[in-house]
Amino acid sequence: MIAKPFALFKKDFSSELRTRYAINSLAMFIIVAISVILFSIGNERITESLTGGLFWVVIFFTAMSGLARAFVSEEERGTSLTLQLISAPSTVFSGKLLFNIILVFCMNTVIALLYSALFEEFVVKNFPLFLLTFILGNFGLAISSTIIAAIIAKAGAKGTLYPVLSFPILLPLILTSVQLTLFSFDGTSFEGAKFELAIVVGYDVIMLTASYMLFDFIWKD
Amino acid sequence: MERLTNSKNKKLKSMIWKIFLFLLIAFVSIAGITFPIVEKPEAWYEFPFIPGLEENAKIIFFHVPTAWLTVIAFLMSTIFSFRYLRKKNLDEDAKAYSAAQLGMIFCILATITGAIWAKFAWGSFWSWDPRQTSIFALLLIYGALFALRSSIESEEKRATLSAVYSLIAFVTVPFFIFIMPRIMKGLHPGSIPTNPNEEQLNPVIDFKMNSNMQLIFFLSLIGFTILYFWMWRVGYKSIIYRDKLNNKLLIPTKSGQGG
Repeated sequence: MIAKPFALFKKDFSSELRTRYAINSLAMFIIVAISVILFSIGNERITESLTGGLFWVVIFFTAMSGLARAFVSEEERGTSLTLQLISAPSTVFSGKLLFNIILVFCMNTVIALLYSALFEEFVVKNFPLFLLTFILGNFGLAISSTIIAAIIAKAGAKGTLYPVLSFPILLPLILTSVQLTLFSFDGTSFEGAKFELAIVVGYDVIMLTASYMLFDFIWKD
Repeated sequence: MERLTNSKNKKLKSMIWKIFLFLLIAFVSIAGITFPIVEKPEAWYEFPFIPGLEENAKIIFFHVPTAWLTVIAFLMSTIFSFRYLRKKNLDEDAKAYSAAQLGMIFCILATITGAIWAKFAWGSFWSWDPRQTSIFALLLIYGALFALRSSIESEEKRATLSAVYSLIAFVTVPFFIFIMPRIMKGLHPGSIPTNPNEEQLNPVIDFKMNSNMQLIFFLSLIGFTILYFWMWRVGYKSIIYRDKLNNKLLIPTKSGQGG
């Protein structure tokens, strides 16, 4: 049950280590995006709410630049047919999802660390709430972007279409996560944020279920 | 002979429908624009005065049906996408696509009429009211769907991928209903109050229609819905015929194997 997706994940991981394509481009993208924001701010003092919003802006666009690789690389190398033969669709999806979850967590941890170092206003008062938002938001981001990446890879149009298709799907997650991040800046208790937390949990569960149900149709030609 | 009268009957029937629809929409348009708004409505053609809305209230006869049809079209597009995935019949995809096309048109109409109304009622074209944000998200979903469709050559692949995408998009829609009122305060008439205990005194948000207004409003809703279904039928039939013709003209070798 776990072994097969994990084998697929290991395959992706070792091929990633060989080329370091995704890691390098993601790291550079994060640096470029944050420096553009810092340049445009200049010496202005920005508000807390703007910092929280900009945090998720960088996360969204970084995800859009790197997460499509998981499926697009299979199509580019022409290995998706072999993968179809040797494993079930759900296994493929689990493996790719695992890879993207790890990637999202690495990338967003770097973004969060850079933000707390570079932005004075990025002060988290309720750290457990921030951590929970961060974890739940990352799961949702990874799930939605993995299923959209599968669609993009089959559509054959890789670059520009990915953010266009992902944005409406991710919009509820991003709006709620921004709200929760602001709550954690304000020091709101869990009690005050439970409605938003329930929405993020619901989003993760529903998107995961829908993705597993619909992935068969995308994967089988 | 019998077939001839049959087709004649059919023609007559569709003619009657068209005339009925024309009269209905003509009546609704004239009534909606010209019927006066007075302080104390007595005659059947007088609308009540709503403080804060005044003459702006008349948009309800045209804006609400377009918004309603946007939602209906989205729902129908999802249902036919689901049926396509079940049966893999390209006709279902044509129906879903036609519904989505009309949904896009009505979505744009609803957004524009709403924005113009907002300029007069709220003072700005766009203020990220929950309803405005939701319709913007729908517009994005429709736009993404058409961008996806135009990027794929193969018919079956296009149908499958766009069906999957519209189902995923449909799943996210309920979240907007729940989170929007929490994030932004509603200005739109009929908004859910942010705090249910608080007495809402804004006459614009919870205004009441009187019976004349309701009559014209529901007639307008019925008229526009019939118009939508008629346009949808014409739309999906033309897509099916066009695909059949394309298959016959472009790939004559494959026409025998069913296109």
